[in-house]
Amino acid sequence: MEDKILLAHGSGGKLMHDLIQSFLPDLANPILEKMEDSAVFNVSGKLAFTTDSYVVNPIFFPGGDIGRLAVCGTVNDLAMSGAKPLYLSLSFIIEEGLPIADLKKILTSIKKAAAEADVKIVTGDTKVVNKGSADKLFVNTAGVGSVPEGVNISASNAKVGDKVILSGNIGDHGVAVLSQREGLKFDTPVPSDCAPLHKLVADMLAAASNIHCMRDPTRGGLATTLNDFAEKSNVGIRIEEDKIPVAKAVLAACELLGLDPLYIANEGKLVAVVPAKYTDAVLFAMKKNKYGRNAVIIGEVTAEHSQRVVMKTTLGASRIVDMPVGELLPRIC
Amino acid sequence: MKFVEEYRDPELGKKLLKRIHQRSRKHIKLMEFCGGHTMAIFKHGLRQLLPANIEMLSGPGCPVCVTAGADIDKAIALGRIPNVIITSFGDMVRVPGSFSSLQQAKAEGADVRIVYSTQDALAIARDDPTKAVVFIGIGFETTAPTVAASILQAEQESFKNYYVLSLHKTCPPIMKAILDLGEVKIDGIICPGHVSAIIGSRPYQFIADDYHIACAVSGFEPVDILLAVDRLAEQIESGQPRVEIAYRRGVKEEGNQPALRLMDSVFEVGEANWRGIGTVPGSGLNIKEKYAKFNAEKKFDIKTTPAREPKGCICGAVLRGVSTPNDCKLFRKTCTPEHPVGPCMVSSEGSCATYYQYGEGNGR
Repeated sequence: MEDKILLAHGSGGKLMHDLIQSFLPDLANPILEKMEDSAVFNVSGKLAFTTDSYVVNPIFFPGGDIGRLAVCGTVNDLAMSGAKPLYLSLSFIIEEGLPIADLKKILTSIKKAAAEADVKIVTGDTKVVNKGSADKLFVNTAGVGSVPEGVNISASNAKVGDKVILSGNIGDHGVAVLSQREGLKFDTPVPSDCAPLHKLVADMLAAASNIHCMRDPTRGGLATTLNDFAEKSNVGIRIEEDKIPVAKAVLAACELLGLDPLYIANEGKLVAVVPAKYTDAVLFAMKKNKYGRNAVIIGEVTAEHSQRVVMKTTLGASRIVDMPVGELLPRIC
Repeated sequence: MKFVEEYRDPELGKKLLKRIHQRSRKHIKLMEFCGGHTMAIFKHGLRQLLPANIEMLSGPGCPVCVTAGADIDKAIALGRIPNVIITSFGDMVRVPGSFSSLQQAKAEGADVRIVYSTQDALAIARDDPTKAVVFIGIGFETTAPTVAASILQAEQESFKNYYVLSLHKTCPPIMKAILDLGEVKIDGIICPGHVSAIIGSRPYQFIADDYHIACAVSGFEPVDILLAVDRLAEQIESGQPRVEIAYRRGVKEEGNQPALRLMDSVFEVGEANWRGIGTVPGSGLNIKEKYAKFNAEKKFDIKTTPAREPKGCICGAVLRGVSTPNDCKLFRKTCTPEHPVGPCMVSSEGSCATYYQYGEGNGR
């Protein structure tokens, strides 16, 4: 077998057949193995449905790769609605010339992540495009999950007096990926936090089913998520700088590059808005889960400064935490 | 991280604030020259914590902001020449010139690439000898040495396709220009940290000696800035203006001699065009004749039409400390970080972007 992906691998012919057959053992489950045009399965009750495309550069980074990210990202999007993730689709857009060994490595990682997330990959697609038409590998996943009775999570549900809980350190994923960028390489001991959070969410919902808002602060970081809650719920949010956990190495990298951890992407963290009287129970449940061990209350929902996020700085001053604008660029001086 | 946490220590910060509140009696105006300081002051909410008698003004220390529209027009004109690749630091591509920006020129087909250092620009030149690579050299004494080093490296490696458009500027002359303009009465200056790491603290001596204005070189953490404010308050209250370094871990009196020698070997002092201020003699760094073959202005016939400033934009007055962004009719209305009209809204260290991003504190 060739050691690089060729255009012919995407042509629908024998090469493609062989390639797909070589994927199958990694992802095997009865629905996928039927290899029909669409996956057919039974579901009941309220469903959550989401899709996301993954174009991370580089495709391998400390703590993960594009495959793990593609599974965890979609699983987390489902989980943030309170859903139990069930089935995923998986599509590859491969740039001609990608080493087959890389693809194999990514598949192994997808298999592991899917097993950890208790989801089945039930349908998929592979396309190969000319060199230069894509950057190594793009992955799309879509997913469905079932939403338990009585769960109603939405960015527009925050109420004055609610507490804001963050599941752990922020900025790990963004800094891990940036550290591998061409022209910017630096060593960081902090790997990406990329992880499936559905079990953490299930634990939280078991402790209190009336969690108001929940999001995984990916692109745009914590600041963007909180601004979204404040805007959609028409409330203010006040957070405290010294409550927000940031790893020393992440802080150091941010200082070096002129970035603010509040705006950096996470792939294994969530932020939840919870009625005050359930906060202790939710926090207790989170701390018992390995992905919520560092969970902490970072602030609360206020009637003042509606649609604004305000942060109390470590010195006791207040400042607005706004939405980010454009790409985050390292400073020049 | 060593040297971050210590300088964000809330206890230390509170002690310094207490001392400043006790010490400072006169109504004083302090100017932070550097955009990095403006951003740090807002980010940590320091203006709200200082006593009401201390007024903070922002100066012309954001390198992107002070780049004249005419100079940006030049960069864009260079980018429109066939087979030229423009390499630039990130913020610069978004700054509006008279009619366009590098970003817009890129969308129209110019080859504009964002680089993190001059090394990246040299690498692009090395990879494709058929293209001329122009690096847009902006910034103060902080960035100028690395640009000088790239020219020396290009000479050593006999590059035939690497050029620099030097728009570099120097700090002490513009400070003098602002003081000579006399538009704002300044009692003390928070001198830039990174620039001073290169030039040292001695070049500010004239400010204390001739203008009797207090000077303190500051770092960028809240404790650094509070220490600098404390030193300025002490100098002003005691009536003994001098130049102090409140950023000992980064700055020595004599500066960084190897970096200064590097700059001297490649650049000579000339005039520079500052946005909102105009041409200031002795405030620019031009490429010496010896290295003229790397000078983009000498190599290319750059054709631009007369520059014009965006209508209603008061970036110039903001840069001189005469106005604040709140005085601008465009601020938050037609001029936002998504659609910047003037340069101070583009750079994250520009006054307008900082006011926009971090709010106005308690209104002072």
